[in-house]
Amino acid sequence: MTKIPLTVEAGGLVDVRLTVNGAAVATSVEVRRSLSDFLRVDLSLTGTHLGCEHGVCGACTIELDGQAVRSCLMLAVQADGATITTIEGLANADGSLSLLQQAFHESHGFQCAFCAPGFLITAKVLLARNPHPSREEIREELSGNLCRCTGYHSIIESVETAVRLMQGTNAEVAS
Amino acid sequence: MPTFTYHRPTTVAEAVALLAEHEGAKVLAGGQSLLPLMALRLSQPEHLIDIGRVVGLADITVADGGVTIGALVRHATAEDSAIVAEHAPLVAAAMPLIGHRAIRNRGTVCGSLAHADPAAEMPTVALVANARLTAQSVRGTRTIDAADFFDGYLSSVLEPDELLLAAYFPTPETRSGTAVVELSRRYGDYALVGVAVEAQLADDGTVCAAGLAYFGAASTPIRVADAEASLLGRVPTADVIAEAAAIVADRLDPPDDNHASRAYRKHLAGVLTRRAITEAASKAAMKVQVR
Repeated sequence: MTKIPLTVEAGGLVDVRLTVNGAAVATSVEVRRSLSDFLRVDLSLTGTHLGCEHGVCGACTIELDGQAVRSCLMLAVQADGATITTIEGLANADGSLSLLQQAFHESHGFQCAFCAPGFLITAKVLLARNPHPSREEIREELSGNLCRCTGYHSIIESVETAVRLMQGTNAEVAS
Repeated sequence: MPTFTYHRPTTVAEAVALLAEHEGAKVLAGGQSLLPLMALRLSQPEHLIDIGRVVGLADITVADGGVTIGALVRHATAEDSAIVAEHAPLVAAAMPLIGHRAIRNRGTVCGSLAHADPAAEMPTVALVANARLTAQSVRGTRTIDAADFFDGYLSSVLEPDELLLAAYFPTPETRSGTAVVELSRRYGDYALVGVAVEAQLADDGTVCAAGLAYFGAASTPIRVADAEASLLGRVPTADVIAEAAAIVADRLDPPDDNHASRAYRKHLAGVLTRRAITEAASKAAMKVQVR
């Protein structure tokens, strides 16, 4: 985190330090820059998609300090000091798909997949908080993300597949 | 986003000094209402005062027979709070209805009150719960009853130099039941109409206190005093509840827009009133029996 308190004139730059997908980032950013634009333009992490840019569609959802948030409804400067995971940080360290991604692959979760980054991050945060969600809980948690292709059934089934895959993994570990 | 001068105070004193100094400054807390307005250029403040780093504003405390929720308490924190669930049941009931979890992870309870959206849940909940709101400026601190707080569409009596510091929600009497019921076109959307109810029963099972208020029904959150009065001294049977619901449908003068007609909203307000009073009264009746 940079010094606080501070005042930055319109058009001015502010220093920010944060952790993005495990890497430390220290840079300066215009105060009016949204977090989503910061990720996409300044950090070239274009996996975070922008649909509506006013908080309705959920495509830009990222994980910030363990919680799902709309990156279009935050200023980059508000994320100063935060730890962020974007879709680029979801795969395993060796580049293989995470269980969640694998589940969406197996269950054909997406069609055009524009909404995928938002859904995957939202599902990741849900499963971290609640590893055995009911179908209703999945539907509720994903209700803030819009998909224009699938009709949602395949997405919800994918999360259920992920729950099963995770249980399988845990069972292997236990045996 | 439009351009603005950005301020990041760390104390309430710094924040209110900045508000006093810069006319037309806006306070940024969770940003879930302000940032969309700015993205759409409906709001273009010259100065933005980000209170996100101000210390001491993120607490939920139980004292003086109620729950005090600080300016930086996020909806999700209130939603997950055992204290809120036990001591401020109306607030707890409203939380899952506000936006979506990702919105609630950032948006704040006090920000929702200060934004004063008549279609949102929190202003109406504050009205029914007889919440008291604490505002601070360089001129001092004052407490405002929720009944006096909302004075127009997206408008409150907060002065431009005042910061909403906290909201206090008195805990309902023991034999009370509460409910928040709404209908929205899609999950998490603003409700077409919604109602918040608090009903208290006497030992004989009659209603001895009732609060009924509506969101999405007027330019401010609005109580329907005649419907409240119709319940008093009576056992809340289906007929008595239907009578109150009919008064509500008659008295409200909700807006007509693309989402629903005025007539439909009036009808819906009656239906939701019936469901909400029934739920609140049955919760209160269970407490009377337990006693």
